[in-house]
Amino acid sequence: MAVESPKVTSVIVEATEYPDLVRKYQVSGVPKTMVNEKVEILGARPEEDFVRTAIGAIAEP
Amino acid sequence: MSILSPSDAARVREMLAGLPGPVRLVFFTQTLNCETCETAKQILGELAELSGQITVEEHNFLLEGALASDYGIDRVPAIAVVGARDHGIRFLGIPSGYEFMSLLDAIQVASSGDSGLNDASRMMLAGLESPLNLQVFVTPT
Repeated sequence: MAVESPKVTSVIVEATEYPDLVRKYQVSGVPKTMVNEKVEILGARPEEDFVRTAIGAIAEP
Repeated sequence: MSILSPSDAARVREMLAGLPGPVRLVFFTQTLNCETCETAKQILGELAELSGQITVEEHNFLLEGALASDYGIDRVPAIAVVGARDHGIRFLGIPSGYEFMSLLDAIQVASSGDSGLNDASRMMLAGLESPLNLQVFVTPT
């Protein structure tokens, strides 16, 4: 996704090394994706579903 | 002693054999108060030995704070995976286990500049006008 748009950044976080981030985003299972720090996507999703959900997060307050 | 076993190294070398373009692994580290930085450095060093297209560029997080900030990095160990362009792909923590496989994927994507996404996904992303930051939490197993 980051390759397809200059607006997208993608950070892979090794959860066990960053307990502060795990607490902050209440990560209880992996993979878990936080979009713009406010919308979460749990587990693996079909590609288009994932992309649509992630883009939808931009409109979230 | 190597972290990658000879058989893993051989498999990774094979996976990276067709990389079409150079990739820089811009690695931010520090010597004090970072238990995992040395291990991360060793893994990246072993990885760079397996492909002529991969180089590791090491920076001290504390001494080169402005550069870290340019890359959007606020903790260590951290890696920016940069191909012909910087697409904003970052890794936080030791790239081992599942994260190592993700790093290999990221290297291939950065090298080729091809996301591998289908046309529908590409079209949705092409029209983006606002920033979209993805933080993907994974564990080594």
